[in-house]
Amino acid sequence: MEAVRGLLHGFGVALEPVNLMWCVIGCFLGTIIGILPGLGPAATIAMLLPLTFRMDPTGGIIMLAGIYYGAKYGGSTTSILLNMPGEASSVVTCIDGYQMARKGRAGAALGIAAIASFVAGTIGIVILTFLAPPLAELALSFSSPEFFALMVLGLALVVLLAGDSMLKAVLALLLGLWLASIGTDLFTAQTRFTMGQSDLLGGIEFMVIAVGVYAITEVMLSIENREEARLLPVPRGLRNYLPSWEELKACRFAFLNGSLTGFFIGTLPGAASSVSSFVSYGIEKAVSKRPELFGHGAPEGLAAPEGANNADSSGAMLPLLSFGIPAGGSTAMLLSALILWGYRPGPLLIQESPDLFWGLVASMYIGNVVLLLMNLPLVPLFAQILRIPTHILFSIVLGVSIVGAYSVSGNLFDVLMLAAFGLLGYVMAKLSYPTAPLVLGFVLGDPLERAVRQSLTMSQGDPSILVARPIAAVILLVAAVVLCSPLIRRLVGAGRRTAAT
Amino acid sequence: MPPARLRDGELLSGAALAGLGVYIVSEASQWSFLGPTGPGPGFFPVCYGVAMVVLSLVLVGRRLFASRPARGGEAPNRHGVAVALLTWLAFALTIPLMKYLGFLVAFGLLTFFVVVVVFRRSIAAGVAAAVLCPAAFQLVFPVLLQVRLPVGRFGF
Repeated sequence: MEAVRGLLHGFGVALEPVNLMWCVIGCFLGTIIGILPGLGPAATIAMLLPLTFRMDPTGGIIMLAGIYYGAKYGGSTTSILLNMPGEASSVVTCIDGYQMARKGRAGAALGIAAIASFVAGTIGIVILTFLAPPLAELALSFSSPEFFALMVLGLALVVLLAGDSMLKAVLALLLGLWLASIGTDLFTAQTRFTMGQSDLLGGIEFMVIAVGVYAITEVMLSIENREEARLLPVPRGLRNYLPSWEELKACRFAFLNGSLTGFFIGTLPGAASSVSSFVSYGIEKAVSKRPELFGHGAPEGLAAPEGANNADSSGAMLPLLSFGIPAGGSTAMLLSALILWGYRPGPLLIQESPDLFWGLVASMYIGNVVLLLMNLPLVPLFAQILRIPTHILFSIVLGVSIVGAYSVSGNLFDVLMLAAFGLLGYVMAKLSYPTAPLVLGFVLGDPLERAVRQSLTMSQGDPSILVARPIAAVILLVAAVVLCSPLIRRLVGAGRRTAAT
Repeated sequence: MPPARLRDGELLSGAALAGLGVYIVSEASQWSFLGPTGPGPGFFPVCYGVAMVVLSLVLVGRRLFASRPARGGEAPNRHGVAVALLTWLAFALTIPLMKYLGFLVAFGLLTFFVVVVVFRRSIAAGVAAAVLCPAAFQLVFPVLLQVRLPVGRFGF
């Protein structure tokens, strides 16, 4: 009941003309970003964040969230018409979406993608609405040891799910923790790792790292892997975007599969939305009565991953809004935005800032409707964006990155750091080091250190406090299992092989 | 099996991270580790610094003792990497240039470089982009959004 009351209040906030406008702008920008290959929502949010400083925080977060989930809608257009994922999570959409388009069903494929995104996105937000308040209430009983344990679990999941090499993921995470330590220690005012640079006394700005690692790196990688692709013809007229009854019937389980798989995988820190798309595609193929059609234009092979990558964004909001722990790069940007505006993301957010919390949740319902309306009839218009020359697009991205980094403190030193982090992100990508653990390590570095130091201060240096409280102990145990799971899997596999021989 | 070049990159990155870990531990060991009121500023960096040294040495060891990589596999896109790094270099050089020439001129030069050198478009296209892009930025940021841009010695 409390959730329903909160949601009704949220609709009152989200339907205010100015907030509605920011919601539409966010969805519009998100769709464009999703359509453009090589520019993700994390980079866009990072670049636009400084421009939101003067906005009302509720309107600002509504717009930034709109960019985040709107990009998931837009990504499918590029996958279907160009066989190139506009957004990382749309990789799987290429498999059956492009095949449908090649068979002359481009309109139906775009329609199925929009409907799946709407259904799964809405189901994801309904689950978020009813799950976030009780989780936040549970988190209210947490003290420093529990938050420490929760952050360790979050980072363990990031490491496990971030890439092919767990070792590299941990090293990237440790690098993020170090970057977070640079500056002045909050407890003792001791300067740490500043190398005599007075510009580093206040620490490194999150925005500088985020824009460098995401935007500059993405531009460099796109320039390196320049690919020419041919845009398939875009159908005109709303009627051409409506799938047939048979196609819709084939997708009914895929809508549900995408919604639930996407939401629950989205809640896991570090699980990229491409993971939920792949998993839902795998499930769909495994339970299908006609798996041989997958890869040749099966509508359910398009609906499941498209639904999953949209429900995933609602799932990712759950740990962010309930615990103040981001699940990935884009939600780390949203967390950073909330902190910059003076909010305390976490269990108290619902109580202290109901306008912002419920306004955001309600705006996601509205945003989903806006995106459906925007994406079905306006697809031909949006598809024209793919005709923007890449040399102009990349120049604009580089320019906006400079403006974003400079506007943080009006210091060219930040722009130099931006270039350095762009190169770091590129080198990491070339050497297969995942960047998500670095960014999350940086975001969680300060709160993690604070939690562990506060815990040990509470116990006068006795480390057993970290495992003495039952909730903290259980969470740390889960984190240990998560970190050891590859080793356990290897041991079990070796045991089975020995038994077989 | 990753290509040999990548594996060398692993060795170098492992060694670099081990060096960074040693630097972190040596710096942090000069600060208080555990005081009467709890952990000091050196506590957390020493913990992750030690972990960084150990894990990066594991990475280096794994590379050194791994069997030789198989021949073949995906060839590295050397030209693409060179162009990407050249773009980055141009971007990095734009920053000190901004101090003297301001954002508009420096960004115009960067745009010209990207269009003409990186994407091999005509000089006319490069000049047009180098004029129009900074002009659009001037209109959007300082005029419409009132966001400051770096200003050079000549006041723009």
